[in-house]
Amino acid sequence: MDDVKILEAVERYITGQMTPDERVYFENLRKSSSEIDQLVVEHTFFMQQMNRYDQTKKYKSLLADTHLHLAEKGAIQSTRLQGKAKIVYLYNRHKRTASIAASIAGITALAISMLVSSVTPTSQKNDIALLNGEIKAIKNQNQQQKREIDNIKQNINVTTAPIVYKTGGTSFLIDVAGYLVTNAHVVRNAQHIAVQNSKGQDLAAQVVYTDALRDLTILKITDTSFKAPVSIPYSIKKTSAEIAEPIYTLGFPRNEIVYGEGYLAAKTGFNGDTLTCQIAIAANPGNSGGPILNNRGEVVGILSAKQISAEGVVFATQSKYIYKALAQLQKDTSFQRIKLPSTSSVKGLDKTQQVKKISDFVYRVKVN
Amino acid sequence: MKEANTEKALLEGLARSDRKAIEIIYKENFNAIQSLVVNNNGSADDAKDIFQEAMVVLYEKAKSGSFELNCLIKTYLYSVCRRLWLKKLLYQNRFTINDVQEESISVEEDLEDHDQKDQEFELMEKAMGSLGEPCKSLLEAFYLQKRNMQEIALSFGYTNSDNAKNQKYKCLMRLKKAFFLQYKTEL
Repeated sequence: MDDVKILEAVERYITGQMTPDERVYFENLRKSSSEIDQLVVEHTFFMQQMNRYDQTKKYKSLLADTHLHLAEKGAIQSTRLQGKAKIVYLYNRHKRTASIAASIAGITALAISMLVSSVTPTSQKNDIALLNGEIKAIKNQNQQQKREIDNIKQNINVTTAPIVYKTGGTSFLIDVAGYLVTNAHVVRNAQHIAVQNSKGQDLAAQVVYTDALRDLTILKITDTSFKAPVSIPYSIKKTSAEIAEPIYTLGFPRNEIVYGEGYLAAKTGFNGDTLTCQIAIAANPGNSGGPILNNRGEVVGILSAKQISAEGVVFATQSKYIYKALAQLQKDTSFQRIKLPSTSSVKGLDKTQQVKKISDFVYRVKVN
Repeated sequence: MKEANTEKALLEGLARSDRKAIEIIYKENFNAIQSLVVNNNGSADDAKDIFQEAMVVLYEKAKSGSFELNCLIKTYLYSVCRRLWLKKLLYQNRFTINDVQEESISVEEDLEDHDQKDQEFELMEKAMGSLGEPCKSLLEAFYLQKRNMQEIALSFGYTNSDNAKNQKYKCLMRLKKAFFLQYKTEL
């Protein structure tokens, strides 16, 4: 109890809140007791440290914010995309290996072609021309089919009434070209899917990949009015999160984006399911498919389900399965260009700033 | 003359953590540093880290008040970044740096200062992180946001300000212990 009072006196002395009389008295005390004198010195130093820590922390967060701001405006070459810087970097880094590899490849190719040309007599020109012709024929056929399909489509379009969406969930962008991730159960048996952006605009979307086991679906926005953003502010984490790590989510339990906060409760999900993890967060129907982010702005999971028999027990699919799902999808070469964001540009910003940046990338899913 | 004035104003702004000043300095210098780092085996992310560390060095220097403006901010930042990046390359066993411009001023001393301050910053961050809630928020509210005890007692749900004061004292002792224990062994 006494110590508390002494500390309070020391603090008032340091900050200059003492009356002149008190001050004289305290200074005498300081002279007579080396303990108190030492406490004053130590505490002054510590207060300085704390203040400096606070200022530097604020300054650093301001720097991170400025970087993001300038990069978005295009005033500086932003970190992630710029082709040229990246090429120079990769070139410098790998030029030696690349040149060795290239020369080996060159020599091998020369050797093989010499071998081949010395062995085979030539009469292949006709074959090539023929092949060309066949491709052309197939192309024509394709075009014809397309025209027919278009005709049919148009006929259908005329007859359909405006679509009324009945159920919904949440999804978030994983590639600037309009690829989104959500839960498979959100879009199960869907005939029409639309996603609604932060401006309230509905965009038509299509399922391109579903993994029912892990409850994951990748959607693609097919609407022509979709404007691709420059970059995605969060990253997708490849490893699992730690227990007790603070997390937050954004989702659409109603027609408005809603923020929720909690922590990772267990590394496994319902009945020890290792595909998911347990989190403690307030979730309602419509939150499904929402991103679970940690303080560094990394997506660690996708909110998927809650246990009905227990209060506040929510499960999330672990984020590493997004990578797995994408790898499956990319077996089809037309999806080769999708690239998951690997660095988080909101790292170091405070929560409000992070949420402000991220909420534009979270979409409401509407299903009919 | 005018140039010196604006440079001085920028540094003063920086010392106050003025957003505008930071933005101007950032905009004018970042691309040069990025190409320095990227042309010398670094990535764009490395460039961002190095540049932001140099900005912290400049900030510390501006705040110390003893900053003699004997060179342009541009020159200073470039020299600091070059040194920092060289250090990092040495650490990774890659030695050379090809650049357009040599360091024109010596920044060795400033960087030693910065290392010390950086270590102190990390110690405090660790000590704060080890505290847990509500200790951390309580101390932040009192010492950093300078809110008064009655208000704190109310918003943290203590029955009176004396209770809050006792709790604050305990938290502070824990923080001090965590900080000084490391401080004495490391520095």
